[in-house]
Amino acid sequence: MFQRSAIVASALLGLSVAASAQAETELVVVSWGGAYTASQQNAYHDPYMKTNSDIKIINDDSAGDAVAKLRAMNEAGNVSWDLVDVVAADAIRLCDEGLAEVIDHDDALAPAPNGMSASQDFGDLLVSECFIPQIVYSTVFGYRNDLVPEPMTSVCDVFDLAKFPGKRSLEKRPINNLEWALICDGVDPAGVYDALATDAGVNRALAKLDTIKGSVIWWEAGAQTPQLLADGEVVVGSTYNGRLFALIEEQKQPVSMLWDWQVFDLDGWIVPKGTKNKAEVMEYLRFATDTQRLADQAKYISYGPARKSSAPLIGKHASLGIEMAPHMPTDPNNSKTTLLYNYEFWADNRDDIDVKWNAWLMQ
Amino acid sequence: MALPSYTSVPERIWHYLFIAICAAVFLFLVFPLLVIIPLSFNAVPFFTFTKEMLAFDLSGYSLRWYEDFFTNPNWQGAVRNSFVIAIFATLLSTFFGTLAALGLSRNHMPYRTLITSLLISPMIVPLIISAAGMFFFYSRLGLLGSHIGVILAHAALGTPFVVITVTATLVGFDNSLICAASSLGATPTQIFCKIIVPLITPGVISGALLAFITSFDEVVVVLFVGSFRQRTIPWQMFSGIREHISPTILAVATLMILISVILLVALELLRRRTERIRGIKES
Amino acid sequence: MPEQILSAGRMPLKKALAASQRKDKLTAFLMVAPLLAFILITFLMPIVDMLYRSVDNSIVPETLPRTVVAIEEWNPDTTELPSEAVYAALHADIAAASEQRTHTRVGQRLNYENPGISSLFRSAGRKLKTIKAGPYKEAMIAQDKRWGDTDKWRTIQTFSKSFTWGYFVNAFDGRFNNAGGIELRPENERIYMFLMWRTVVMSLTITLMTLLLGFPIAYLLAIVPTRISNLLIILVLLPFWTSLLVRTTSWIALLQQQGVVNDFLVLLGLLSEDGRLVMMYNSTGTMIAMTHILLPFMVLPLYSVMKTISPSYMRAAISLGAHPWRAFWRIYFPNTIPGIGAGGILVFILATGYYITPALVGGNDGVFISNRIAYNISLSLNWGLAAALSVILLALVMVMFIVYDNIVGINNIKVGS
Repeated sequence: MFQRSAIVASALLGLSVAASAQAETELVVVSWGGAYTASQQNAYHDPYMKTNSDIKIINDDSAGDAVAKLRAMNEAGNVSWDLVDVVAADAIRLCDEGLAEVIDHDDALAPAPNGMSASQDFGDLLVSECFIPQIVYSTVFGYRNDLVPEPMTSVCDVFDLAKFPGKRSLEKRPINNLEWALICDGVDPAGVYDALATDAGVNRALAKLDTIKGSVIWWEAGAQTPQLLADGEVVVGSTYNGRLFALIEEQKQPVSMLWDWQVFDLDGWIVPKGTKNKAEVMEYLRFATDTQRLADQAKYISYGPARKSSAPLIGKHASLGIEMAPHMPTDPNNSKTTLLYNYEFWADNRDDIDVKWNAWLMQ
Repeated sequence: MALPSYTSVPERIWHYLFIAICAAVFLFLVFPLLVIIPLSFNAVPFFTFTKEMLAFDLSGYSLRWYEDFFTNPNWQGAVRNSFVIAIFATLLSTFFGTLAALGLSRNHMPYRTLITSLLISPMIVPLIISAAGMFFFYSRLGLLGSHIGVILAHAALGTPFVVITVTATLVGFDNSLICAASSLGATPTQIFCKIIVPLITPGVISGALLAFITSFDEVVVVLFVGSFRQRTIPWQMFSGIREHISPTILAVATLMILISVILLVALELLRRRTERIRGIKES
Repeated sequence: MPEQILSAGRMPLKKALAASQRKDKLTAFLMVAPLLAFILITFLMPIVDMLYRSVDNSIVPETLPRTVVAIEEWNPDTTELPSEAVYAALHADIAAASEQRTHTRVGQRLNYENPGISSLFRSAGRKLKTIKAGPYKEAMIAQDKRWGDTDKWRTIQTFSKSFTWGYFVNAFDGRFNNAGGIELRPENERIYMFLMWRTVVMSLTITLMTLLLGFPIAYLLAIVPTRISNLLIILVLLPFWTSLLVRTTSWIALLQQQGVVNDFLVLLGLLSEDGRLVMMYNSTGTMIAMTHILLPFMVLPLYSVMKTISPSYMRAAISLGAHPWRAFWRIYFPNTIPGIGAGGILVFILATGYYITPALVGGNDGVFISNRIAYNISLSLNWGLAAALSVILLALVMVMFIVYDNIVGINNIKVGS
């Protein structure tokens, strides 16, 4: 009997020794995978783990369906993620659903090097109390400069089949497409969302899209337009600006940017409610969203840092060695005409317009 | 199929037409699988036969997509997950399924029809509905995004196959064999080991193989119940096709075809063995 | 009085038999019980849970307990706004809910029925705190004029109960109108019935195609010698055993515009480089790929039925003077109906629930209702609607089973006798 309890005791002791030797906290960070996660690994995770040997960051590439999974995990009270990378619209929704922690930005995040508070530094990009922006990206057109008669300069050229014949690729969702259609149908860009709030406005946009519907290939994943452009299956197509940068600068394809009426959107972090490592995550976030780190990320991927103070620090691309600033969607030359994704409008109307959109697609 | 000499001309024409139609359908069935194999050795990242390939020039072929598969951590993780999930799901469904099939085959099973239809319902309900239901319910149990959740789900989908195949081996089983054995003094354990086990083994194994392949090929439920950390080979293929079709997927597909061939041969051998055993019994 | 027969244990035989039968029944049941329990928990309860989700509306009365009671009094047919008491109740409810941040959640729920409620509730959570005391009605309307919109109040009243048919109404392209009745949505907002219809039509087409292609080869397999049929059946089983994704991938490789079939036709000069056919990412692609994938499910049941039909029937008919065609049609074909029924139902059921292949090759006009269920689960998060659509699809499949049982089942008996 004694012997047995001694064995148990020593086993327990062994366990506790093992546990204390392994006093490492694993943080599960959910992101988009591919080049994007790689840029985060290089700019945030690796430097942080180097100075904090007790933290181990695990990448989980589930961001694509994070909202539904997070809601389900929350329902069960069993949240296994520590930090999730989402687009701003999803951050607002997660915040609304009570699935994300409310962040006091000035308290939790580092101030800018010049002492400006975090909330001032991020400015109006703080679109939700739960959201910490990382990057500004844009949905924008790229076109095959060898397959068109003259350079495309206006987003309305996409709707001009006579001047620029050939297929186009557009995202299979109403967001952005309806805005572009209305602008090209002569609606004042400032009044686009007032128009879309009415049935007539949505119909007007769909009628404009009807004029090119037969020449559209609809995409659902960000990689499709670059692929279609490279194959020459489309002459012009919309996608995220970072994908086009890779296509033009890394893969050297004969493609040019059409920045006109690019639509800005934000991507950033939320801390899921119920994470078991909240203190560690907040510690990590303070580091990963500081001015230098956000500027560093732009070395690996051509998305603009969300802090104003990061802009002057943007350097050259890590492997291509080219200046990144002119490739940023926020560069003054690129952002002469822009729209900002209207979060409030789409949060209210997305499902309703989506039904109309799908009915239109099926006609 | 030689034709008798007295067949008329229209009959002959019809006969050869029929053979031609059948040949075309068989071609339709296997050609898509065969065409993938050479394409997976393509040296360029396209789904087309290059001139070099058609000229059987070795430079047109390469193993780069296989190399990518064997070195890419995403695919390696998927392979590991696929096997872990499929093996545990198979063990569960084989154990529960065999036991239930033995019970269902007994003479005095109450509510046999009702219970059988409940037990095979996972095979009948459309997968998207099962997946949606499991997503909602497993989330309540906290099983979402866990290996256990996916294993349980796959085990449920696999059990009908085990129940059906094992029950089939017991159809027409002569119960007097058991009576005879027990009247000759055999213990229940002996009866089980000496009579029932040899009889059902082929059915159990083929049921297990079916359960295995069900899990191994399944993607809808994994997509809903699983998370990135449960990604299986089909999951990885699905997101690969959606995002960017690289020929690595063709290489994986070729390997998957190889696995199906192995399973198919195993099953065929088992089937023959069952026939032999039952043939001996019946004669 | 006849002497009672006694068993070895000196028990009346009848009683002994009954006891052993009871024991046998119990043993049989105990062997089945573990699987039954397993299937119950892992499979049947999820289905039941989904039934519940499709009508569950408890979030509204739980989050707005005072409002749902107060608003019962209000007559939604009038153009008059609810009374001060309703406004006060909502003010209190939102104040309490915003502590737990559940007001936005109920806003999301109601936004599915009435776009705009989501932002109305979100801003109410922030701003209503500034109204410290009543009367609330004027103050709330002054703060956000949408509180003076009877339409919003009507939605709250319609969806104030713990259970709702709202998701089913939506799933049938309907909506609640101002008079409290149900009406069809305008033409440009109807999608679900159309998708359901398309799912059924395409599944039927696919079933028919598998029958047309499968019947000849099943017949061939049944009439050739076993040695040959054992070899030929491998050609059917190989695709059957090959992953669905592998087969979908092969069809993409074959049919896409830069794919093998187009290349081949261009090489032969039958197509110009610009005239490549579009066979993928539309309903054609979905139908071809799904016919291929489901063909074995038709061939195997057909073959197993045909194998049991004795060739002597046909020979007898022909020798009695029937034309071979007539003999085939009148004698052989009726015997294959159970196989056609089994294969047809199987293919149809599998086809209606397909998600992966339409999602990958369906493009725009080749997607099924299942794709919309997935969309509602993972993108729009309208789980109630997803559950309602699933329940409708499930009902469709069950009806098919009953039809099968009634039509083919009866025929089956006739043919057999």
